Amino acid sequence: MDAVEARLRAPAAVAASGKRRDPAEWLAYLALAAGTVVVAFPFYWMIVSALKSPIDLFDLRLVPSHPTLDNFAQVLTRTQFPRWFGNSLLVALVTTASVAFFDSLVGYTLAKLRFPGRGLIFVMILATLMIPTEMLIIPWYIMSSAYGWINTYWGIMFPGLISAFGIFLIRQFMSGVPDELLDAGRIDGVSEFGLYWRIALPQIKPAMAALCIFTFLGNWNAFLWPLIVIQTGQMRTLPVGIALFSGEAGSAWHLIMASSALAVLPVLAIFAVLQRQIIEGVTLTGLRA
Amino acid sequence: MLTRAPVAVALPNLRLGTRRALWAYAFLLVPLLFFLAIRVAPAVSSLYISLHEWNVISPEKPFVGARNFQTLAHDPKFARAAVNTIRYVLAGIPIQIALGLGVALLLQRINRFRGFFRALYFLPFVTPIVAAAWVWQWMYSQQFGPLNQILVALGLPAQPFLRSPGQALYAVTAMVVWQYLGFQIVIFLAGLEAIPRAYYEAAQVDGASGWRLFRHVTVPLLNPTLVFSAVYSTIVYLQLFTQVLNMTFGDQGGPLAGTLTMVLYVYQLGFQRFKMGEAAAATAVLFIVILAITLLQMRVLSKPVEY
Repeated sequence: MDAVEARLRAPAAVAASGKRRDPAEWLAYLALAAGTVVVAFPFYWMIVSALKSPIDLFDLRLVPSHPTLDNFAQVLTRTQFPRWFGNSLLVALVTTASVAFFDSLVGYTLAKLRFPGRGLIFVMILATLMIPTEMLIIPWYIMSSAYGWINTYWGIMFPGLISAFGIFLIRQFMSGVPDELLDAGRIDGVSEFGLYWRIALPQIKPAMAALCIFTFLGNWNAFLWPLIVIQTGQMRTLPVGIALFSGEAGSAWHLIMASSALAVLPVLAIFAVLQRQIIEGVTLTGLRA
Repeated sequence: MLTRAPVAVALPNLRLGTRRALWAYAFLLVPLLFFLAIRVAPAVSSLYISLHEWNVISPEKPFVGARNFQTLAHDPKFARAAVNTIRYVLAGIPIQIALGLGVALLLQRINRFRGFFRALYFLPFVTPIVAAAWVWQWMYSQQFGPLNQILVALGLPAQPFLRSPGQALYAVTAMVVWQYLGFQIVIFLAGLEAIPRAYYEAAQVDGASGWRLFRHVTVPLLNPTLVFSAVYSTIVYLQLFTQVLNMTFGDQGGPLAGTLTMVLYVYQLGFQRFKMGEAAAATAVLFIVILAITLLQMRVLSKPVEY
């Protein structure tokens, strides 16, 4: 009796709550806009400060009276900023390529091939996720000293070349690739590697895109290990370069903000283009966990 | 034909199975060696180092048993770092979760510009942390920072923020919340979308609305998302380093070690004072805490959710 009544009344309730432009919706817009101002203010402040000449810096006008690009020019010429940028790009690209290849290969193997020890290997790889990075940096440092990896690109990159989380993620998506597709490939004489590379991999493009974006961002932003392993100005990655440059710049905030802006703007540009994929990637990766 | 087929397939299949297994091991070889050499062996080695007096400069590294752990237990800076780390967790996570849920609920209420707002709130999460930390340091600047200008304009006294032992930790926390808020919102949006509309409709039929709808439908059904968020964020906050080092750069760990975290403490101990044994012991403590939280999460989340 109640159930019938509920079913009869339900559409009316939905219609009422779905009514457009009620005052509550306007309040929601207002609150969201106010929050956005707070969230966006640091970006605005960074860019405005970077455009101010040192004399104007402390007058705190919201719009610079004499905007100048001089600070950017100074950062680009007086520091090794272009070199740091290149170092970061190289490290992030190589790491991302390595993670994309190995993680997808292992994810495919664990999801689609049957062999003794499969479950055990998967659990062991997952278990490494519980080891926090801080616990590893001391042995990594000792190891790097012994093998001459200190202050080299290999030294910066080696800890991140394969990611256990990525394997976990890709394995989930690879499980969704139909076996029939692989069997058809086998009948056509595709090699075992070809089954992974030409048949399975193209099936999980969205997951691979998410993995690549987050691996790239993670390495572009990496700080703790690079700070330890890098010893010369030439080898610095962008975060390490900015931190140490800013530390030395004292109160030259116009230069610190210009260098920060130069590091942030490319990321903002990428985000503007890939915004949807990046945010959906969080849902994709976070909720599969 | 039909009766012969299984036999004909079974024999080569056996060999095929073996061949395929060999391919699988070939594919796994390099990654497994990597995990062994770069994750497992160093983790074991870290525990080994924690039981030795390990100074990079001295060639002798004698076994000292639990002495490094005892030294830590008596080091006021370790206690400071541990207490601070707990403060970051207790101050930051409730605010991050409350704001994240609030914004997610607001985003669900609006019909237009949803993607635009979502992207703006998410922006700090993809911003390079080091650069963002320096911007925040500049905003908190005691004499010229915009925050103090606003306070003064409102007739309030200027605040020392990062230069005050009492305020610095919370000033850093605000930046961390700013950074993770967008991530939190996206997680909550996904959690909210997973709640079947029928539950809301049924509750509305029963006369529930507003707060009661939130309290008795949204919160219980969002429970797995809440637990996941709390645990994930706790692990992030327990490992804070980059934000703290950069926001209190000149005075590492802040005034009177007011912002010092466990990881920053490990960094200073191991790489500035070269006491690697003690530093490794501190990471072992952190490891055990994180492991305990992870296992607890697995127990909580593996319970079936009752609707």
